[in-house]
Amino acid sequence: MAATQPNTDLVAANRRETRNRWLLLLPAIVILLAAAIGPLIVVVLYSFLVAGDYGGVVWHFSWDGWLGVFTTSDPFDGTLSLADAHISILWRSVKLSALTTLFCLILGFPTAYFIATRPVSQRDGWMLLITIPFWTNLLIRTFAIMGLIRNEGLVNGFLEWLGIIDQPIQMMFTDFAILLGMVYVYLPLMVLPLYASMERLNFSLIEAAYDLYATPFRVLRRVIIPAVKPGVVAGSILVFVPSLGAYVIPRILGGGTQLMLGNLIELQFGQARNWPLGAALSLTLLVMVTAALIVYVRASANEGE
Amino acid sequence: MAKPKTFDTRRQAGFTAIAAFCFIVLYLPIVLMVIFSFNSGLALTSWEGFSLSWYVTAWHNEVVQAATIRSVIIATVATVVSTLVAVLAALVMGRGKPFRGRSAMFALINQPLMVPEIVTAVSLLVVFAWVKTTTGYSGLGYLILAHSAFCIPFAFMPVRARLQGMDQTLEQAAADLYASSWQTFRRVTFPLLWPGVLAGAMLAFVTSLDDVVITEFVKSAGQDTLPTYMLGQMRRNLTPETNAIATVLLVFSVVLVVAFFFVSRENHAKAQL
Repeated sequence: MAATQPNTDLVAANRRETRNRWLLLLPAIVILLAAAIGPLIVVVLYSFLVAGDYGGVVWHFSWDGWLGVFTTSDPFDGTLSLADAHISILWRSVKLSALTTLFCLILGFPTAYFIATRPVSQRDGWMLLITIPFWTNLLIRTFAIMGLIRNEGLVNGFLEWLGIIDQPIQMMFTDFAILLGMVYVYLPLMVLPLYASMERLNFSLIEAAYDLYATPFRVLRRVIIPAVKPGVVAGSILVFVPSLGAYVIPRILGGGTQLMLGNLIELQFGQARNWPLGAALSLTLLVMVTAALIVYVRASANEGE
Repeated sequence: MAKPKTFDTRRQAGFTAIAAFCFIVLYLPIVLMVIFSFNSGLALTSWEGFSLSWYVTAWHNEVVQAATIRSVIIATVATVVSTLVAVLAALVMGRGKPFRGRSAMFALINQPLMVPEIVTAVSLLVVFAWVKTTTGYSGLGYLILAHSAFCIPFAFMPVRARLQGMDQTLEQAAADLYASSWQTFRRVTFPLLWPGVLAGAMLAFVTSLDDVVITEFVKSAGQDTLPTYMLGQMRRNLTPETNAIATVLLVFSVVLVVAFFFVSRENHAKAQL
């Protein structure tokens, strides 16, 4: 009897600890269930329903939402054909996101390397210069780019003043504008993880490579890039994922013509009034983003081995 | 080619030039936007002289006033709520024994960072549209709830980082001296945690203040915040007034970020001691 007494005390203490733990977590769980994960589950449900005539849904099971992602049905005989408009928007989203990642890498890699090779006391200051634009409102930065490339913008104004062009070059509402905006906005996301990797770079390896008569390019390719690969992967994912889900940048710089996936989703919940299709498109985007994140987790797990 | 005596092994051809280009490109558009907010004319490109008139116009614009007040109310309440909730969660998650459901909890807290904003926005639109028609309530509560949720991970991260680097012997010492668990928290844990809480609250505030996408989808008619008001202006009539509003918002964010930078550097320095 005496021997079991402390044991039951321990069980009670454990139980109390578990209860306190979940009590502390409860507020976070409630808010996130109400305004994050819960609504997402509702969207999954809606993607299997029928669209109402004036928006909303009719509570009747249907695959139409999901079929609508890649196909359109003929209004007369109901035959399905590939939805060229959707496929071209999906393709534009993937293409522009990949190009954004590539350009951010080309610009961000040397920048991170530059900061990592500064004296230790200066590095924080340089990184602050990268961090400030990152925490500046995305809308404001997109607006700033718009001020440059509008027909009445500073670039066209400058070129006309120089006499190089008579007519403004149409840059707004093109894929170029979206690409420029996304590279500009997401560049800090590339530099931050790249710098974190490069800061730990062992520079004596580079010296050793030069002692063995490597050229600077060979040093870059064989020593620096392999050593900072985790940073390259992290930065690429951090840029690719928000680019894929971009909404504000293509809406402002792409106008109503150059849609990306985010704008196509909005269209379904707005003018097109096809909530199930919008729900299915949202989940398609979510799956693409999750796939990219899984690739990242796998890659960084392999690095750890 | 013979290596010169001052050969720098860290140098890569062209890297410094590209870095310089990056820093210029990052700041040039913003600087030009700020400059043209002081333009006296209506044009966004041709300089007609220095003036503060667009700031005065924005200041007296009642729509802008209302949007600013709304933005501040939402950001303040969302910051208080998300920081409180995040501190409680971090106390459990930041240290202590692993427990069942710990990684699921991490996934739940980080969910707003993983899911694209547009997806969260439409899912909230769907759910809140239903709640609105059922209850008839269409106040700021929806925006405050939505902002509180997506601010949680931003408030959570610095607190958790702070807890992980914290010296636990102080709390044990307090307990040894017969402090109650509340006294220990109040007198030892919380003061140590405070810089992390402050940093988290600042990140949450900036995140809420800057949000466009979720606000745009959740807001009812006449509930524009400063960013959604600006988004509307960009599609309709662009005047340097938008530049002026953007500049004020920009200065505010930059001040908070720089403050955050110094708070966390302080944290870092103390952790090194």
